[in-house]
Amino acid sequence: MVLALAGLSAWIGVADMSWEVFWVSRLPRTLAIVLAGAALAVSGLLMQLLVRNRFVEPSTVGTTEAAGLGLVVVTMLAPGAPLMAKMLVAACFALAGTWLFLRVVRLMPVREIILVPLIGLMLGGVLAAITTFLAFHNDLLQTLNSWMTGDFSGVLRGRYEMLWLVAALVAVAFVAADRFTVAGMGETFSLNAGINHRWVMGVGLSIVSLISAVVVVTVGVIPFLGLVVPNVISRMLGDNARRGLPWVAVMGAGLVLVCDILGRLIRYPYEIPVGTVMGVLGAGFFLYMLLRKPSHER
Amino acid sequence: MTQTQTQTQSWTQTQGHSPTAPSLQSSAGTPRPRAAVGIRAEGVTKSYGRTVVVDDVSIELPVGGLTALIGPNGAGKSTFLSIAARLLAADHGRVSVDGLDVTTTPGDVMARRLAVLRQDNHLEIRLTVRDLVAFGRFPHSKGRPTPEDLVHVEQAMAYLDLEEYADRYLDELSGGQRQRAFVAMVLCQDTDFVLLDEPLNNLDLRHAVAMMRRLRDAARELGRTVVVVVHDINIASCYADTIVAMCDGQVAASGSPAEIMRSELLEQIYGLEVGVHELDGQLIATYYS
Repeated sequence: MVLALAGLSAWIGVADMSWEVFWVSRLPRTLAIVLAGAALAVSGLLMQLLVRNRFVEPSTVGTTEAAGLGLVVVTMLAPGAPLMAKMLVAACFALAGTWLFLRVVRLMPVREIILVPLIGLMLGGVLAAITTFLAFHNDLLQTLNSWMTGDFSGVLRGRYEMLWLVAALVAVAFVAADRFTVAGMGETFSLNAGINHRWVMGVGLSIVSLISAVVVVTVGVIPFLGLVVPNVISRMLGDNARRGLPWVAVMGAGLVLVCDILGRLIRYPYEIPVGTVMGVLGAGFFLYMLLRKPSHER
Repeated sequence: MTQTQTQTQSWTQTQGHSPTAPSLQSSAGTPRPRAAVGIRAEGVTKSYGRTVVVDDVSIELPVGGLTALIGPNGAGKSTFLSIAARLLAADHGRVSVDGLDVTTTPGDVMARRLAVLRQDNHLEIRLTVRDLVAFGRFPHSKGRPTPEDLVHVEQAMAYLDLEEYADRYLDELSGGQRQRAFVAMVLCQDTDFVLLDEPLNNLDLRHAVAMMRRLRDAARELGRTVVVVVHDINIASCYADTIVAMCDGQVAASGSPAEIMRSELLEQIYGLEVGVHELDGQLIATYYS
C-alpha cells in the first residue's frame, strides 16, 4: 500500500516525465516524504511514551516552535553558517524547549491529562510569537514561513540528504524500543526493571529534538502527524513499542504520501503545502480525540 | 472452638485452587540459591516536612519465608517498604538487601535481586497482560527474550490464573484481574526478594486467599523472601511466617504470628479493643464491637 503510494507520488508532477526529472526531483521528493513521515510519527510515539500522555507530540509541546526559534536566532547571528550547523543549533533549542515544557508540567499542581497538551500549545504559542517578532525585525519573515509550513515542493537532489540522519535516529528508537515502553510505564516500573529512567528520557528526548530540527530545516513543520499515527496504531495494537513502532513508521510515511499527493492534485497544477493539508486533517483528529472518552472508560 | 491440625489442612485446601495448580519453577529446575543475608535496615528515618513518617527503624528481616508488615494507617509501612525497595531515599540510615546497599548498587544489578510492586498501579499505556508480565523479564532479557524467558512468562500467568486473559488489554480487565497481572509481572522477575505493598487490593476473598497461598508457596518452596504490607491482621496471622508490626514510624513488635497475635499488643498498636481467639488452629483477631 505504502509502496504503491510512493510509486504514485513519484509519477505525479507538472513537468513532463523524464529520467532526469525523476532522479533530480521526483525520487528525492518521494524519499524525503517517506523519511520525514516515518520519523515524525516515531518521534510522536516516543514523546507520548516519555511524557506519559497521549495528546503530546513535538508540535503540541513547543519542541517544533523552539527549533524554529533556534533557526531564526542562528540565521540572525551567523547567516552564512552551513545548514548542518544551523540544524544542530535548532536541535539544541528544540531540546531546551522540550525541557522547559517538562519543567512547567512538573510544576503544575494538577496533573490533568488534557491540561498537559494545552500547556504545551501555549508554550509553543509564546515561542512562536518570539520567533515571529525576531524574524519581523530582521526581515526573515518569508524564510520563517518556509520553515514553519511543511512543503516538499522545494525538495531536489542535494537538498534533502540530511533526512537520512533521521533514518539513523529511527533505527536507534527501534533498538531501544523496550526501554521506551518501560519508561512509558512510569518511574517506579523503570526502577524496578533496573532501567536508568533519566538516561532513557534524555536519549529519547534528544532523538525527538534532532528529528524535529532536521525535518524543520529540510521540509518544514508537518503538524499533528506524530499525534494521529501513534494513536491510531495504539488503538489497534496497543502501546508495546516493540510491536507498534514499525507500523507507526510505515503509517507515518503513508499518511504524508497521501497528504502530499492530495496537496498536489487538489489545485493541479498548483500545490497546497503538505503542512496545510496535514494541519486540517490532524486538527480534526485532535479534536475528535479530546472529545472522545478515554479507552478505559468505554 | 479449638480444632485439630488435620482439620486446618482440609480447611485451607478447599479454598482457592486445586493442589495440581501450576507452580513457578526456578531456572532449569535446580533449587534456587538462597540469599545469605536478608533485608537489613539501620537507623532508617524519613520525614515529610515536620512529620516523621519512619523514625529510626533498625531491623533485620529474615531470609526466606513470608513477612507481613502490619500497622494502622500512617504507621510508615509503605514508606519503609519504598525505602527498602530503593523507590524512595531515606533521610538518614541505610538499607541493604543481601549485603548490597540499595542506594549505591547499580539499578540493573538490584533489579535481578529485588522486585517491588507499589500500591496503586495505573498505566497510561495500553499493554496486554502477556506484554506486561513479559516486562518482568526485562532485567534478564534486556528486551531480547529467550525461550526460557517466555516459559517464565507463561508460568507466571498460569500461577496467577491469568491464562484466559493473556491477550486482553489491561484497561479491559477488572481491578482484581489487573492486580493479579501486576503481581505476575513481579514474580516473573524471578528475584530472591519480592516486596509487595498491599497486594490484596481489589481482590475478592477467593483471590485474596489464593494470592497469599501463592506468595507463601513462592517463599517456602522456592526459597524466596517475600515481604508484604497487609491491612488484614488475620491474613497476616494465617499466612505469614513473620509479622512486623509498625506504629508511629517505629517497629512496635516483630516475631512469629503466635508472638504478635496477642490482644494487649494489638490493642496497643491499633488503639482498639481486640480479642484473639484460636479458630481452626489459627489465631484470629476479632475487633468488631
